[in-house]
Amino acid sequence: MGRTLLRHWPLLFLAFAAVVPTVALSNYQLFQLTMVAVYAVAILGLNIVTGFNGQISLGHGAFYAVGAYVTAIMMDKWGVPYWATLPVSALICACTGFLVGLPALRLGGLYLALTTFALAVATPQLLKYKLFEGWTGGVQGIVIDKPDPPFGLPINADQWLYLFSLAVAAVMFLLAANLVRGRIGRAMMAVRDQPTAAEAMGIDLAMFKTRTFAVSAMLTGIAGSLGAIAIQFVAPDSFAVFLSITLFVGLVVGGVASIGGTIFGAFFIEFVPNLAEQVSKAAPGAVYGIILIAFLFLMPGGLAGALRKLLRLA
Amino acid sequence: MSVGTGRDDGDLLQVQDVIMRFGGIVALAGVSFNVGRRQICGLIGPNGSGKTTLFNCISGIYRHGSGDIRFEGRSLSGLARHRMAGLGIGRTFQNVALFNSMTVRDNMLVGAHHLAHSGFVAAMLRLPATRREEAAMQATLDELLDLLDLRAVAERQVSSLPFGTRKRVELARALIGRPKLLLLDEPAGGLNHTEVEELERLLRQIRAHFDLSILLVEHHMNLVMRVSDSVVALEFGLKIADGTPEAVQREPEVIRAYLGETEAVHAA
Repeated sequence: MGRTLLRHWPLLFLAFAAVVPTVALSNYQLFQLTMVAVYAVAILGLNIVTGFNGQISLGHGAFYAVGAYVTAIMMDKWGVPYWATLPVSALICACTGFLVGLPALRLGGLYLALTTFALAVATPQLLKYKLFEGWTGGVQGIVIDKPDPPFGLPINADQWLYLFSLAVAAVMFLLAANLVRGRIGRAMMAVRDQPTAAEAMGIDLAMFKTRTFAVSAMLTGIAGSLGAIAIQFVAPDSFAVFLSITLFVGLVVGGVASIGGTIFGAFFIEFVPNLAEQVSKAAPGAVYGIILIAFLFLMPGGLAGALRKLLRLA
Repeated sequence: MSVGTGRDDGDLLQVQDVIMRFGGIVALAGVSFNVGRRQICGLIGPNGSGKTTLFNCISGIYRHGSGDIRFEGRSLSGLARHRMAGLGIGRTFQNVALFNSMTVRDNMLVGAHHLAHSGFVAAMLRLPATRREEAAMQATLDELLDLLDLRAVAERQVSSLPFGTRKRVELARALIGRPKLLLLDEPAGGLNHTEVEELERLLRQIRAHFDLSILLVEHHMNLVMRVSDSVVALEFGLKIADGTPEAVQREPEVIRAYLGETEAVHAA
Protein backbone atom coordinates (compact mmCIF):
# COMPACT_ATOMS: atom_id res chain seq x y z
CA MET A 1 0.00 0.00 0.00
CA GLY A 2 2.68 2.49 1.06
CA ARG A 3 4.82 1.40 -1.85
CA THR A 4 2.03 1.91 -4.39
CA LEU A 5 1.41 5.35 -2.93
CA LEU A 6 5.08 6.17 -3.24
CA ARG A 7 5.20 5.07 -6.85
CA HIS A 8 2.15 7.07 -7.87
CA TRP A 9 2.90 10.22 -5.92
CA PRO A 10 3.31 12.39 -9.03
CA LEU A 11 -0.23 11.51 -10.15
CA LEU A 12 -1.68 12.08 -6.69
CA PHE A 13 0.20 15.34 -6.40
CA LEU A 14 -1.12 16.43 -9.78
CA ALA A 15 -4.73 15.55 -8.95
CA PHE A 16 -4.45 17.42 -5.66
CA ALA A 17 -2.78 20.42 -7.31
CA ALA A 18 -5.49 20.57 -9.98
CA VAL A 19 -8.54 20.36 -7.74
CA VAL A 20 -7.84 21.91 -4.37
CA PRO A 21 -6.36 25.33 -5.30
CA THR A 22 -8.85 25.85 -8.11
CA VAL A 23 -11.70 25.48 -5.67
CA ALA A 24 -10.17 27.03 -2.56
CA LEU A 25 -7.93 29.91 -3.59
CA SER A 26 -8.52 33.51 -4.65
CA ASN A 27 -7.74 34.62 -8.18
CA TYR A 28 -4.52 36.31 -7.10
CA GLN A 29 -3.35 33.26 -5.21
CA LEU A 30 -4.16 31.14 -8.23
CA PHE A 31 -2.08 33.48 -10.35
CA GLN A 32 0.82 32.95 -7.97
CA LEU A 33 0.47 29.19 -8.29
CA THR A 34 0.30 29.57 -12.06
CA MET A 35 3.66 31.31 -11.87
CA VAL A 36 4.98 28.47 -9.70
CA ALA A 37 4.06 26.04 -12.48
CA VAL A 38 5.74 28.33 -15.00
CA TYR A 39 8.93 28.68 -12.96
CA ALA A 40 8.96 24.95 -12.28
CA VAL A 41 9.15 24.26 -16.02
CA ALA A 42 11.81 26.97 -16.45
CA ILE A 43 13.95 25.50 -13.68
CA LEU A 44 13.33 22.02 -15.06
CA GLY A 45 14.96 23.15 -18.31
CA LEU A 46 17.92 24.57 -16.44
CA ASN A 47 18.15 21.40 -14.36
CA ILE A 48 18.50 19.25 -17.48
CA VAL A 49 21.62 21.09 -18.59
CA THR A 50 23.13 22.16 -15.26
CA GLY A 51 21.92 19.46 -12.90
CA PHE A 52 22.03 16.39 -15.08
CA ASN A 53 24.63 17.36 -17.66
CA GLY A 54 26.86 19.48 -15.41
CA GLN A 55 27.03 22.49 -17.72
CA ILE A 56 26.53 25.69 -15.73
CA SER A 57 24.24 28.16 -17.46
CA LEU A 58 23.71 31.60 -15.96
CA GLY A 59 21.72 32.75 -18.96
CA HIS A 60 18.59 30.66 -19.13
CA GLY A 61 16.50 33.82 -18.71
CA ALA A 62 17.39 34.50 -22.35
CA PHE A 63 15.56 31.37 -23.51
CA TYR A 64 12.67 32.21 -21.23
CA ALA A 65 12.54 35.61 -22.96
CA VAL A 66 12.66 34.06 -26.43
CA GLY A 67 9.73 31.81 -25.57
CA ALA A 68 7.75 34.69 -24.09
CA TYR A 69 8.32 36.90 -27.12
CA VAL A 70 7.56 34.17 -29.65
CA THR A 71 4.16 33.65 -28.01
CA ALA A 72 3.46 37.36 -27.58
CA ILE A 73 4.41 38.25 -31.16
CA MET A 74 2.40 35.38 -32.65
CA MET A 75 -0.68 36.30 -30.61
CA ASP A 76 -0.30 40.04 -31.16
CA LYS A 77 0.67 40.14 -34.85
CA TRP A 78 -1.10 37.15 -36.30
CA GLY A 79 -3.85 36.46 -33.85
CA VAL A 80 -2.62 32.88 -33.29
CA PRO A 81 -4.46 31.19 -30.39
CA TYR A 82 -2.32 31.03 -27.24
CA TRP A 83 -2.10 27.24 -27.12
CA ALA A 84 -0.97 27.00 -30.73
CA THR A 85 2.05 29.20 -29.99
CA LEU A 86 3.56 26.62 -27.63
CA PRO A 87 4.84 24.09 -30.20
CA VAL A 88 6.28 26.90 -32.32
CA SER A 89 7.94 28.42 -29.27
CA ALA A 90 9.34 24.99 -28.34
CA LEU A 91 10.86 24.57 -31.78
CA ILE A 92 12.33 28.08 -31.96
CA CYS A 93 13.78 27.86 -28.46
CA ALA A 94 15.29 24.44 -29.16
CA CYS A 95 16.94 25.80 -32.30
CA THR A 96 18.16 28.89 -30.44
CA GLY A 97 19.57 26.68 -27.71
CA PHE A 98 21.29 24.49 -30.27
CA LEU A 99 22.88 27.45 -32.05
CA VAL A 100 23.99 29.10 -28.81
CA GLY A 101 25.24 25.79 -27.45
CA LEU A 102 27.23 24.86 -30.53
CA PRO A 103 30.09 27.32 -29.88
CA ALA A 104 29.48 27.93 -26.17
CA LEU A 105 29.67 24.31 -25.03
CA ARG A 106 33.09 23.79 -26.57
CA LEU A 107 34.32 26.21 -23.92
CA GLY A 108 32.83 24.32 -21.01
CA GLY A 109 33.04 24.92 -17.28
CA LEU A 110 33.35 28.47 -16.03
CA TYR A 111 33.72 29.85 -19.55
CA LEU A 112 30.31 28.49 -20.42
CA ALA A 113 28.90 30.12 -17.29
CA LEU A 114 30.30 33.47 -18.39
CA THR A 115 29.19 33.10 -22.00
CA THR A 116 25.63 32.36 -20.98
CA PHE A 117 25.80 35.18 -18.45
CA ALA A 118 26.78 37.54 -21.27
CA LEU A 119 23.77 36.27 -23.21
CA ALA A 120 21.52 37.12 -20.28
CA VAL A 121 23.03 40.61 -20.01
CA ALA A 122 22.52 41.26 -23.72
CA THR A 123 18.93 39.99 -23.88
CA PRO A 124 16.98 43.08 -22.70
CA GLN A 125 19.05 45.30 -24.98
CA LEU A 126 18.45 43.06 -27.97
CA LEU A 127 14.74 43.15 -27.25
CA LYS A 128 14.82 46.96 -27.22
CA TYR A 129 16.82 47.13 -30.44
CA LYS A 130 15.32 49.56 -32.99
CA LEU A 131 15.47 47.13 -35.89
CA PHE A 132 13.17 44.62 -34.14
CA GLU A 133 10.88 47.28 -32.69
CA GLY A 134 8.14 46.59 -35.21
CA TRP A 135 7.93 43.06 -33.79
CA THR A 136 8.90 43.43 -30.16
CA GLY A 137 7.25 46.76 -29.41
CA GLY A 138 10.59 48.11 -28.16
CA VAL A 139 10.66 49.38 -24.60
CA GLN A 140 6.86 49.33 -24.44
CA GLY A 141 6.69 45.58 -24.94
CA ILE A 142 3.54 43.78 -26.05
CA VAL A 143 0.22 43.43 -24.29
CA ILE A 144 -1.74 40.28 -25.08
CA ASP A 145 -5.26 39.12 -24.26
CA LYS A 146 -6.14 36.86 -21.39
CA PRO A 147 -7.37 33.52 -22.72
CA ASP A 148 -10.99 32.58 -21.95
CA PRO A 149 -11.86 29.13 -20.65
CA PRO A 150 -12.79 26.88 -23.58
CA PHE A 151 -15.87 24.67 -24.18
CA GLY A 152 -17.99 26.93 -21.97
CA LEU A 153 -16.41 25.47 -18.81
CA PRO A 154 -17.98 26.95 -15.66
CA ILE A 155 -14.69 28.48 -14.39
CA ASN A 156 -13.18 31.94 -14.65
CA ALA A 157 -10.18 32.95 -16.74
CA ASP A 158 -7.71 32.72 -13.84
CA GLN A 159 -8.84 29.24 -12.94
CA TRP A 160 -8.53 28.16 -16.54
CA LEU A 161 -5.09 29.72 -16.87
CA TYR A 162 -3.97 27.85 -13.79
CA LEU A 163 -5.29 24.50 -15.02
CA PHE A 164 -3.84 25.04 -18.48
CA SER A 165 -0.38 25.91 -17.10
CA LEU A 166 -0.53 23.00 -14.70
CA ALA A 167 -1.40 20.60 -17.53
CA VAL A 168 1.42 21.86 -19.75
CA ALA A 169 3.84 21.70 -16.82
CA ALA A 170 2.75 18.12 -16.08
CA VAL A 171 3.44 17.08 -19.67
CA MET A 172 6.87 18.76 -19.58
CA PHE A 173 7.73 17.01 -16.33
CA LEU A 174 6.69 13.68 -17.81
CA LEU A 175 8.86 14.25 -20.89
CA ALA A 176 11.82 15.32 -18.77
CA ALA A 177 11.43 12.37 -16.39
CA ASN A 178 11.34 9.98 -19.35
CA LEU A 179 14.43 11.61 -20.75
CA VAL A 180 16.57 11.42 -17.64
CA ARG A 181 15.69 7.90 -16.59
CA GLY A 182 16.67 6.25 -19.88
CA ARG A 183 19.74 5.89 -22.04
CA ILE A 184 20.01 9.61 -22.82
CA GLY A 185 19.70 10.59 -19.16
CA ARG A 186 22.39 8.13 -18.13
CA ALA A 187 24.63 9.51 -20.84
CA MET A 188 23.98 13.07 -19.59
CA MET A 189 25.10 12.15 -16.10
CA ALA A 190 28.04 10.14 -17.45
CA VAL A 191 29.25 13.20 -19.34
CA ARG A 192 28.89 15.24 -16.16
CA ASP A 193 30.66 12.74 -13.90
CA GLN A 194 33.52 11.60 -16.09
CA PRO A 195 33.71 13.03 -19.63
CA THR A 196 36.79 11.05 -20.72
CA ALA A 197 35.17 7.76 -19.82
CA ALA A 198 31.86 8.83 -21.38
CA GLU A 199 33.69 9.49 -24.61
CA ALA A 200 35.30 6.05 -24.48
CA MET A 201 31.76 4.61 -24.19
CA GLY A 202 30.93 6.14 -27.57
CA ILE A 203 29.35 9.43 -26.54
CA ASP A 204 30.21 12.36 -28.81
CA LEU A 205 30.72 14.98 -26.10
CA ALA A 206 30.28 18.17 -28.14
CA MET A 207 27.21 16.98 -30.03
CA PHE A 208 25.64 15.43 -26.97
CA LYS A 209 26.07 18.53 -24.83
CA THR A 210 24.70 20.73 -27.58
CA ARG A 211 21.59 18.58 -27.93
CA THR A 212 21.10 18.60 -24.18
CA PHE A 213 21.39 22.36 -24.24
CA ALA A 214 18.74 22.52 -26.96
CA VAL A 215 16.26 20.40 -24.97
CA SER A 216 16.97 22.49 -21.91
CA ALA A 217 16.37 25.74 -23.83
CA MET A 218 13.18 24.27 -25.24
CA LEU A 219 11.75 23.56 -21.79
CA THR A 220 12.70 26.95 -20.38
CA GLY A 221 11.33 28.59 -23.55
CA ILE A 222 7.97 26.88 -23.13
CA ALA A 223 7.94 28.21 -19.58
CA GLY A 224 8.52 31.67 -21.04
CA SER A 225 5.52 31.22 -23.33
CA LEU A 226 3.34 30.12 -20.42
CA GLY A 227 4.61 33.05 -18.36
CA ALA A 228 3.72 35.53 -21.12
CA ILE A 229 0.21 34.11 -21.36
CA ALA A 230 -0.20 34.22 -17.58
CA ILE A 231 1.02 37.81 -17.20
CA GLN A 232 -0.50 38.97 -20.53
CA PHE A 233 2.45 41.25 -21.04
CA VAL A 234 6.05 41.05 -22.15
CA ALA A 235 8.64 43.83 -21.93
CA PRO A 236 12.44 43.80 -22.16
CA ASP A 237 13.04 44.70 -18.55
CA SER A 238 11.15 41.65 -17.25
CA PHE A 239 13.94 39.54 -18.72
CA ALA A 240 17.01 41.14 -17.16
CA VAL A 241 19.99 39.20 -15.79
CA PHE A 242 18.20 38.81 -12.48
CA LEU A 243 15.72 36.38 -14.02
CA SER A 244 18.54 34.01 -15.00
CA ILE A 245 20.06 34.22 -11.53
CA THR A 246 16.65 33.64 -9.95
CA LEU A 247 16.19 30.47 -11.98
CA PHE A 248 19.64 29.35 -10.88
CA VAL A 249 18.70 29.98 -7.24
CA GLY A 250 15.54 27.91 -7.71
CA LEU A 251 17.61 25.10 -9.17
CA VAL A 252 20.06 24.96 -6.27
CA VAL A 253 17.44 25.35 -3.53
CA GLY A 254 15.22 22.65 -5.04
CA GLY A 255 18.06 20.22 -5.55
CA VAL A 256 20.47 19.86 -8.44
CA ALA A 257 19.66 16.88 -10.68
CA SER A 258 16.30 16.26 -9.04
CA ILE A 259 13.13 16.41 -11.11
CA GLY A 260 10.83 16.70 -8.10
CA GLY A 261 13.02 19.26 -6.33
CA THR A 262 12.44 21.61 -9.24
CA ILE A 263 8.86 22.17 -8.04
CA PHE A 264 10.08 23.22 -4.63
CA GLY A 265 12.62 25.56 -6.20
CA ALA A 266 9.77 27.20 -8.10
CA PHE A 267 7.78 27.72 -4.87
CA PHE A 268 10.87 29.25 -3.33
CA ILE A 269 11.52 31.83 -6.04
CA GLU A 270 7.84 32.74 -6.28
CA PHE A 271 7.09 33.18 -2.59
CA VAL A 272 10.30 33.89 -0.68
CA PRO A 273 10.86 37.37 -2.22
CA ASN A 274 7.32 38.34 -1.09
CA LEU A 275 7.96 36.86 2.31
CA ALA A 276 11.19 38.83 2.61
CA GLU A 277 9.31 42.00 1.75
CA GLN A 278 6.80 41.31 4.51
CA VAL A 279 9.57 40.79 7.03
CA SER A 280 11.38 44.01 6.18
CA LYS A 281 10.16 46.68 3.80
CA ALA A 282 13.51 48.46 4.09
CA ALA A 283 15.88 45.63 3.19
CA PRO A 284 14.01 42.74 1.55
CA GLY A 285 17.19 41.81 -0.33
CA ALA A 286 19.07 41.21 2.90
CA VAL A 287 16.27 39.08 4.33
CA TYR A 288 16.09 37.10 1.10
CA GLY A 289 19.84 36.56 1.29
CA ILE A 290 19.63 35.34 4.87
CA ILE A 291 16.78 32.94 4.11
CA LEU A 292 18.73 31.62 1.14
CA ILE A 293 21.89 31.07 3.15
CA ALA A 294 19.90 29.41 5.94
CA PHE A 295 18.37 27.06 3.40
CA LEU A 296 21.65 26.06 1.87
CA PHE A 297 23.13 25.60 5.32
CA LEU A 298 20.30 23.36 6.52
CA MET A 299 19.82 21.52 3.23
CA PRO A 300 23.10 21.44 1.33
CA GLY A 301 21.62 19.07 -1.26
CA GLY A 302 18.55 21.21 -1.77
CA LEU A 303 15.15 20.07 -0.57
CA ALA A 304 15.42 16.97 -2.74
CA GLY A 305 18.69 16.05 -1.06
CA ALA A 306 17.21 16.56 2.40
CA LEU A 307 14.18 14.39 1.59
CA ARG A 308 16.40 11.66 0.20
CA LYS A 309 18.38 11.69 3.44
CA LEU A 310 15.18 11.49 5.48
CA LEU A 311 13.90 8.55 3.44
CA ARG A 312 17.17 6.73 3.97
CA LEU A 313 16.86 7.23 7.74
CA ALA A 314 13.23 6.08 7.81
CA MET B 1 46.97 -8.86 -48.42
CA SER B 2 47.01 -5.11 -47.90
CA VAL B 3 50.12 -5.00 -45.75
CA GLY B 4 53.06 -6.60 -47.49
CA THR B 5 55.39 -6.72 -44.51
CA GLY B 6 55.06 -10.36 -43.67
CA ARG B 7 52.75 -9.66 -40.72
CA ASP B 8 49.73 -11.83 -40.17
CA ASP B 9 46.86 -10.00 -41.85
CA GLY B 10 44.39 -11.59 -39.49
CA ASP B 11 45.83 -9.72 -36.53
CA LEU B 12 43.26 -7.63 -34.72
CA LEU B 13 45.55 -4.80 -33.73
CA GLN B 14 48.62 -3.73 -35.66
CA VAL B 15 50.91 -1.10 -34.23
CA GLN B 16 53.33 0.01 -36.96
CA ASP B 17 56.39 2.20 -36.34
CA VAL B 18 54.56 4.55 -34.02
CA ILE B 19 56.51 7.67 -33.11
CA MET B 20 55.28 10.09 -30.47
CA ARG B 21 57.07 13.27 -29.42
CA PHE B 22 56.28 15.69 -26.63
CA GLY B 23 58.23 18.82 -27.54
CA GLY B 24 61.81 17.64 -27.74
CA ILE B 25 61.21 14.40 -25.86
CA VAL B 26 60.70 11.24 -27.86
CA ALA B 27 58.24 9.12 -25.89
CA LEU B 28 57.86 6.46 -28.56
CA ALA B 29 60.64 5.97 -31.07
CA GLY B 30 59.02 3.73 -33.66
CA VAL B 31 57.27 0.88 -31.89
CA SER B 32 55.68 -2.02 -33.79
CA PHE B 33 53.82 -5.09 -32.60
CA ASN B 34 50.63 -7.01 -33.27
CA VAL B 35 47.87 -8.40 -31.13
CA GLY B 36 46.16 -11.45 -32.62
CA ARG B 37 42.53 -12.42 -32.22
CA ARG B 38 41.65 -13.99 -28.87
CA GLN B 39 45.14 -13.18 -27.63
CA ILE B 40 46.11 -11.62 -24.36
CA CYS B 41 49.06 -9.31 -24.92
CA GLY B 42 50.96 -7.84 -21.99
CA LEU B 43 52.70 -4.50 -22.40
CA ILE B 44 55.47 -4.05 -19.85
CA GLY B 45 58.34 -1.70 -19.18
CA PRO B 46 59.84 0.35 -16.36
CA ASN B 47 58.34 3.74 -15.46
CA GLY B 48 58.77 6.25 -18.27
CA SER B 49 59.29 3.54 -20.89
CA GLY B 50 56.36 4.77 -22.95
CA LYS B 51 53.77 2.09 -22.29
CA THR B 52 51.13 4.49 -21.03
CA THR B 53 51.88 6.80 -23.95
CA LEU B 54 51.42 3.92 -26.34
CA PHE B 55 48.21 2.91 -24.60
CA ASN B 56 46.91 6.47 -24.97
CA CYS B 57 47.85 6.51 -28.65
CA ILE B 58 45.87 3.33 -29.24
CA SER B 59 42.85 4.62 -27.33
CA GLY B 60 42.98 7.95 -29.16
CA ILE B 61 43.83 10.19 -26.20
CA TYR B 62 47.10 11.16 -27.92
CA ARG B 63 47.61 11.59 -31.65
CA HIS B 64 50.83 9.88 -32.65
CA GLY B 65 53.22 11.69 -34.98
CA SER B 66 54.09 9.10 -37.58
CA GLY B 67 53.45 5.42 -38.04
CA ASP B 68 50.07 3.79 -38.02
CA ILE B 69 47.76 1.92 -35.67
CA ARG B 70 45.36 -0.41 -37.42
CA PHE B 71 42.37 -2.18 -35.99
CA GLU B 72 40.94 -4.97 -38.13
CA GLY B 73 43.03 -3.58 -40.96
CA ARG B 74 41.56 -0.10 -40.60
CA SER B 75 43.68 2.88 -39.59
CA LEU B 76 42.75 4.56 -36.33
CA SER B 77 44.69 7.72 -37.19
CA GLY B 78 42.53 10.82 -36.90
CA LEU B 79 39.51 8.83 -35.75
CA ALA B 80 37.31 10.66 -33.21
CA ARG B 81 37.59 9.13 -29.73
CA HIS B 82 33.89 8.47 -29.41
CA ARG B 83 34.03 6.25 -32.52
CA MET B 84 36.35 3.73 -30.81
CA ALA B 85 33.59 1.99 -28.88
CA GLY B 86 31.55 1.49 -32.03
CA LEU B 87 34.51 -0.15 -33.79
CA GLY B 88 34.85 -2.62 -30.94
CA ILE B 89 37.54 -1.13 -28.71
CA GLY B 90 36.68 -1.03 -25.02
CA ARG B 91 38.90 0.20 -22.22
CA THR B 92 39.37 0.71 -18.52
CA PHE B 93 41.30 3.51 -16.85
CA GLN B 94 44.37 3.50 -14.66
CA ASN B 95 42.70 5.29 -11.74
CA VAL B 96 39.18 3.93 -12.28
CA ALA B 97 37.02 6.44 -14.13
CA LEU B 98 33.50 5.47 -13.11
CA PHE B 99 30.42 7.68 -13.12
CA ASN B 100 30.46 8.23 -9.38
CA SER B 101 26.96 9.53 -8.75
CA MET B 102 25.39 6.57 -10.52
CA THR B 103 24.62 2.99 -9.53
CA VAL B 104 26.60 -0.03 -10.67
CA ARG B 105 23.77 -0.97 -13.01
CA ASP B 106 23.58 2.49 -14.60
CA ASN B 107 27.35 2.65 -14.97
CA MET B 108 27.25 -0.59 -16.88
CA LEU B 109 24.34 0.54 -19.04
CA VAL B 110 26.34 3.59 -20.15
CA GLY B 111 28.92 1.10 -21.42
CA ALA B 112 26.25 -0.15 -23.82
CA HIS B 113 25.44 3.37 -25.03
CA HIS B 114 26.88 2.88 -28.51
CA LEU B 115 24.85 -0.29 -29.09
CA ALA B 116 21.52 1.57 -29.00
CA HIS B 117 20.38 4.40 -31.21
CA SER B 118 17.21 6.07 -30.02
CA GLY B 119 17.71 9.77 -29.46
CA PHE B 120 16.39 12.62 -27.35
CA VAL B 121 12.91 12.84 -28.83
CA ALA B 122 12.33 9.08 -28.72
CA ALA B 123 13.51 9.03 -25.11
CA MET B 124 11.21 11.88 -24.04
CA LEU B 125 8.22 10.19 -25.65
CA ARG B 126 9.38 6.78 -24.44
CA LEU B 127 8.63 5.25 -27.83
CA PRO B 128 8.28 1.46 -28.07
CA ALA B 129 11.66 1.19 -29.85
CA THR B 130 13.32 2.90 -26.88
CA ARG B 131 11.70 0.53 -24.43
CA ARG B 132 12.73 -2.47 -26.53
CA GLU B 133 16.33 -1.27 -26.52
CA GLU B 134 16.29 -0.91 -22.74
CA ALA B 135 14.83 -4.38 -22.32
CA ALA B 136 17.29 -5.97 -24.74
CA MET B 137 20.19 -4.68 -22.67
CA GLN B 138 18.94 -6.33 -19.48
CA ALA B 139 19.93 -9.88 -20.50
CA THR B 140 23.57 -8.97 -21.13
CA LEU B 141 23.56 -6.90 -17.99
CA ASP B 142 22.33 -9.78 -15.84
CA GLU B 143 24.89 -12.14 -17.32
CA LEU B 144 27.72 -9.73 -16.52
CA LEU B 145 26.46 -9.03 -13.01
CA ASP B 146 26.82 -12.74 -12.30
CA LEU B 147 30.10 -13.25 -14.11
CA LEU B 148 31.79 -10.38 -12.27
CA ASP B 149 30.09 -11.08 -8.98
CA LEU B 150 28.34 -7.71 -8.88
CA ARG B 151 24.76 -8.88 -8.40
CA ALA B 152 24.66 -7.93 -4.73
CA VAL B 153 25.82 -4.37 -5.33
CA ALA B 154 23.94 -3.70 -8.59
CA GLU B 155 21.80 -0.93 -7.11
CA ARG B 156 24.55 0.64 -5.01
CA GLN B 157 26.12 3.94 -5.91
CA VAL B 158 29.62 3.18 -7.18
CA SER B 159 31.37 5.82 -5.07
CA SER B 160 30.39 3.84 -1.95
CA LEU B 161 32.12 0.64 -3.09
CA PRO B 162 35.61 -0.63 -2.24
CA PHE B 163 38.36 -0.11 -4.79
CA GLY B 164 38.54 -3.72 -5.94
CA THR B 165 34.81 -3.83 -6.59
CA ARG B 166 34.94 -0.57 -8.52
CA LYS B 167 37.61 -2.07 -10.74
CA ARG B 168 35.26 -4.96 -11.52
CA VAL B 169 32.47 -2.50 -12.29
CA GLU B 170 34.75 -0.78 -14.75
CA LEU B 171 35.55 -4.10 -16.37
CA ALA B 172 31.84 -4.92 -16.58
CA ARG B 173 31.12 -1.52 -18.10
CA ALA B 174 33.70 -2.14 -20.81
CA LEU B 175 32.47 -5.69 -21.48
CA ILE B 176 28.80 -4.84 -21.93
CA GLY B 177 29.78 -2.84 -25.01
CA ARG B 178 30.89 -6.15 -26.63
CA PRO B 179 34.43 -5.07 -27.52
CA LYS B 180 36.65 -7.14 -29.79
CA LEU B 181 39.67 -5.58 -28.14
CA LEU B 182 39.82 -4.70 -24.49
CA LEU B 183 42.44 -2.20 -23.37
CA LEU B 184 43.23 -2.58 -19.68
CA ASP B 185 45.35 0.09 -18.00
CA GLU B 186 46.95 -1.44 -14.90
CA PRO B 187 43.99 -3.59 -13.86
CA ALA B 188 45.97 -5.02 -10.93
CA GLY B 189 47.05 -1.62 -9.61
CA GLY B 190 45.92 -1.16 -6.01
CA LEU B 191 44.63 -4.72 -5.67
CA ASN B 192 45.75 -7.07 -2.89
CA HIS B 193 47.24 -10.50 -3.45
CA THR B 194 43.95 -12.42 -3.45
CA GLU B 195 42.32 -9.88 -5.71
CA VAL B 196 45.15 -10.19 -8.22
CA GLU B 197 44.72 -13.98 -8.32
CA GLU B 198 41.01 -13.45 -8.79
CA LEU B 199 41.75 -11.02 -11.63
CA GLU B 200 43.94 -13.55 -13.38
CA ARG B 201 41.17 -16.12 -13.34
CA LEU B 202 38.70 -13.48 -14.49
CA LEU B 203 40.79 -12.37 -17.47
CA ARG B 204 41.03 -15.94 -18.77
CA GLN B 205 37.33 -16.40 -18.25
CA ILE B 206 36.51 -13.17 -20.08
CA ARG B 207 38.65 -14.07 -23.04
CA ALA B 208 36.99 -17.46 -23.37
CA HIS B 209 33.49 -16.20 -22.74
CA PHE B 210 33.47 -13.07 -24.88
CA ASP B 211 35.83 -14.16 -27.60
CA LEU B 212 37.99 -11.06 -27.45
CA SER B 213 41.60 -9.88 -27.35
CA ILE B 214 43.11 -8.07 -24.41
CA LEU B 215 45.95 -5.58 -24.36
CA LEU B 216 47.21 -5.32 -20.84
CA VAL B 217 49.44 -2.55 -19.52
CA GLU B 218 50.61 -3.80 -16.18
CA HIS B 219 53.34 -3.44 -13.58
CA HIS B 220 52.44 -6.65 -11.81
CA MET B 221 54.97 -8.94 -13.47
CA ASN B 222 53.60 -12.21 -12.09
CA LEU B 223 50.16 -11.50 -13.47
CA VAL B 224 51.44 -10.47 -16.90
CA MET B 225 53.69 -13.50 -17.25
CA ARG B 226 51.00 -15.94 -16.16
CA VAL B 227 48.09 -14.60 -18.13
CA SER B 228 49.59 -13.30 -21.39
CA ASP B 229 50.01 -15.20 -24.67
CA SER B 230 52.59 -12.67 -25.77
CA VAL B 231 54.50 -9.93 -24.01
CA VAL B 232 55.90 -6.71 -25.45
CA ALA B 233 58.58 -4.95 -23.40
CA LEU B 234 59.41 -1.28 -23.86
CA GLU B 235 62.27 0.85 -22.62
CA PHE B 236 62.88 4.51 -23.42
CA GLY B 237 60.26 4.41 -26.15
CA LEU B 238 61.79 1.42 -27.92
CA LYS B 239 60.65 -2.16 -28.08
CA ILE B 240 63.31 -4.32 -26.41
CA ALA B 241 61.50 -7.64 -26.51
CA ASP B 242 58.42 -9.24 -28.04
CA GLY B 243 57.41 -12.88 -27.72
CA THR B 244 56.05 -15.50 -25.37
CA PRO B 245 56.30 -14.71 -21.66
CA GLU B 246 59.06 -17.31 -21.26
CA ALA B 247 61.12 -15.89 -24.10
CA VAL B 248 60.73 -12.31 -22.96
CA GLN B 249 61.71 -13.22 -19.41
CA ARG B 250 64.96 -14.72 -20.69
CA GLU B 251 65.75 -11.72 -22.89
CA PRO B 252 68.96 -10.08 -21.52
CA GLU B 253 67.71 -6.62 -22.44
CA VAL B 254 64.61 -7.13 -20.32
CA ILE B 255 66.58 -8.44 -17.37
CA ARG B 256 68.94 -5.49 -17.63
CA ALA B 257 66.06 -2.98 -17.89
CA TYR B 258 64.38 -4.40 -14.83
CA LEU B 259 67.29 -5.40 -12.64
CA GLY B 260 69.98 -2.97 -13.71
CA GLU B 261 73.40 -3.53 -15.30
CA THR B 262 75.34 -5.38 -12.57
CA GLU B 263 72.63 -7.81 -11.65
CA ALA B 264 72.20 -8.59 -15.31
CA VAL B 265 75.81 -9.65 -15.48
CA HIS B 266 75.30 -11.92 -12.48
CA ALA B 267 72.12 -13.31 -13.95
CA ALA B 268 73.93 -14.10 -17.19
